[in-house]
Amino acid sequence: MVDGATALPGRSVLGGRVPSRAGRPPGRHALRRRAVHLAFLVPALLYLLLFFGYPVVKNVVMAFQEYTTATFYTGEAPWVGWANYAAVIDDPVFSRALMNTGLFTVGSIAGQFTLGLAIALFFHKRFPLSGVLRSLLLLPWLIPMIAASAVWRWILDTDNGVLNRALGLLPFVDGRPAWLTSTSLALLAVVIVNIWLGIPFNATILYGGLQEIPDELYEAGALDGATGARAFWSITMPMLRGVVTVVLVLGVVYTLKVLDVILGLTNGGPANATQTVATLSYHLSFREFDFGMGAALGNILILISLVFAVAYLRLNRRAVDE
Amino acid sequence: MSRTHRSRTALAAAALGPLLLVSACGGSGGTDDTDGAVTELHVVDYYNNDPNKSVWQEVLEGCADEVGVALRRETVPGGDLIAKVLQMSSSRTLPDVLMLDNPDVQQIAASGALTPLDELGLDPGGISEGVLAASMYEGQLYALQPVTNTLALFYNTEILAEAGVEPPTTWEELKQAAADLTEGDRYGLALSAINTYEGTWQFLPFMWSNGGDEVDIATPEVAEALQLWKDLLDAGSMSQSVVTWSQGDVADQFAAGNAAMMVNGPWNLGTLEAVDGLEYDIVPIPAPTSGADVVSPFGGEGWVIPRTGDDARTALAAEFVQCLTGEAAVTAAAVGTHTVPTDPALAPAVVEQVPQLASFAEQVPNLRARTGQLGPDWPGQATAIYEAVQNALVGGMAPQDALAQAQDG
Repeated sequence: MVDGATALPGRSVLGGRVPSRAGRPPGRHALRRRAVHLAFLVPALLYLLLFFGYPVVKNVVMAFQEYTTATFYTGEAPWVGWANYAAVIDDPVFSRALMNTGLFTVGSIAGQFTLGLAIALFFHKRFPLSGVLRSLLLLPWLIPMIAASAVWRWILDTDNGVLNRALGLLPFVDGRPAWLTSTSLALLAVVIVNIWLGIPFNATILYGGLQEIPDELYEAGALDGATGARAFWSITMPMLRGVVTVVLVLGVVYTLKVLDVILGLTNGGPANATQTVATLSYHLSFREFDFGMGAALGNILILISLVFAVAYLRLNRRAVDE
Repeated sequence: MSRTHRSRTALAAAALGPLLLVSACGGSGGTDDTDGAVTELHVVDYYNNDPNKSVWQEVLEGCADEVGVALRRETVPGGDLIAKVLQMSSSRTLPDVLMLDNPDVQQIAASGALTPLDELGLDPGGISEGVLAASMYEGQLYALQPVTNTLALFYNTEILAEAGVEPPTTWEELKQAAADLTEGDRYGLALSAINTYEGTWQFLPFMWSNGGDEVDIATPEVAEALQLWKDLLDAGSMSQSVVTWSQGDVADQFAAGNAAMMVNGPWNLGTLEAVDGLEYDIVPIPAPTSGADVVSPFGGEGWVIPRTGDDARTALAAEFVQCLTGEAAVTAAAVGTHTVPTDPALAPAVVEQVPQLASFAEQVPNLRARTGQLGPDWPGQATAIYEAVQNALVGGMAPQDALAQAQDG
């Protein structure tokens, strides 16, 4: 990586006056240059260690400790081995939370991706005002989640919510679905809101991917009779594969750890119907003050995310190699 | 050539700069001025909204004046207080005087961060036994709580008069009244069965009044109380949304006329007064049977003195906290924030000024502490209670099964 020195970000600042090093004996200069290189590396390294390395290690260690409110004052956290893990896995709510996490993630990703792709395809065909409409699509991203979830709670309210009032006007709908208050519908309601929230991300990235596909391919395809659905499956999807992988894997990792949407809408209820591993971990740590058990659950979640992150890195590397 | 190197070095230094700055900031601060006389007391509380914020500002300033120090007050949002306290205890920057929600006192006391108040010669005076139970940990007094609140039944006088319904006093009457008052879009009763500690808090008066106990909730007494709530829900006398309503939402429903009665506390008096055309009155929570005692939990906050290691400051803090439970401070706080004195002897003066507090004040001698038996283990059991309530109300479980599962879990 010594040659990487020529690619240092400082180069352009220096106006490209980086001298050739050919034939120069290594000496004070080389040492000094190396020191300079290191000085550039140190901030990034320190940043990574401080803000990524330390929290992860701390969390792993914490999960093996009885880490409670007292720990903050005394600094003492007795080592308990795997007891925290045993306790959280033994908790009857855990299997429920694990299943909910799976359903929530799969449901959200399926919805976000399908709708996101449909919207991206729609906007790929330029039409008047498409730019304005496309930027409006980013709105869910711009609204603070805490405000959005409050509004969604109003919309989904059983008795006075806009949705149920609107449904009530339809002739064939009987009764009022209890979106957030029945155990059978709450998870679906939370997934719907999360889909709404995730559409901008999916649509934006997929739209970017669509822009990259050269028009010539479609023209050539059209000459061979591949238009419409055939063009989509034979040209668009194969060309989009790399982007799709990125969107799906990142989507899964983001969705696994979703907390604010659920806390804002149902707080994991009713009767744990929307409790996920993430919300359960939050509850254990910050409501029951059992930070050790909360950390244990958090680590399980990290482990699950890690599987997808590794898959992402591998797929990414293969895409680059290709 | 060497200029290139110099500018590169300079760049690297510039890149490192912010990091050095960050670490420099981390190193400073923390230590207070410890030169001689104490001139101010650092107080932290969560009364961050008016009217509570300004009422307490006056009360705290009054006591600071009496002690002869300046007041440095910091208010944080209620949900952030414990996180803030934990952060302050690990960085050894705890304030001189701290306010804690009463069910949190024992938990923080157990961490060792608080000074036992009896060591400082503080006198709880006439504070009721039930309230003191939450302020004690392992036989020592850790907090003084000047005012408290609890739950009662609010009812819309117009709607009840129209329907010819008397305010209920027993569970049977409650069920009947709630059913009679339910009409169209209006429910007879609103309460909070939310999956937070608020839901547990609202269930306790029913559970305790029926002889239930938080140590073991898998008992017929608790199941009967839960059955009452389930009956009310199944009869359509209250909305299924009770499982997501906070007490604030409940008050909104009542104020909007969507519920004829509600279970709630006196902190709503201010907002309810401001609602045009709302006529209401307050009676005690209905008892299981006629004439039975109603046992309710108490709310409100206690004042504690963290261990700061500074004897001079601690001594002044002790004087300050004692002043907060004095008659002048208690009356001002109770009248201003619609709470009742924890010392029943001080109640008449307050009720005279705010008559609606009467049904809350008369409960004070019988109030029960949530942490009286379980202490720092209360949060775990409080979670079990609201989970059982939710499982029974909307999770399709029979009350006794839901309670048994929660007790085992």
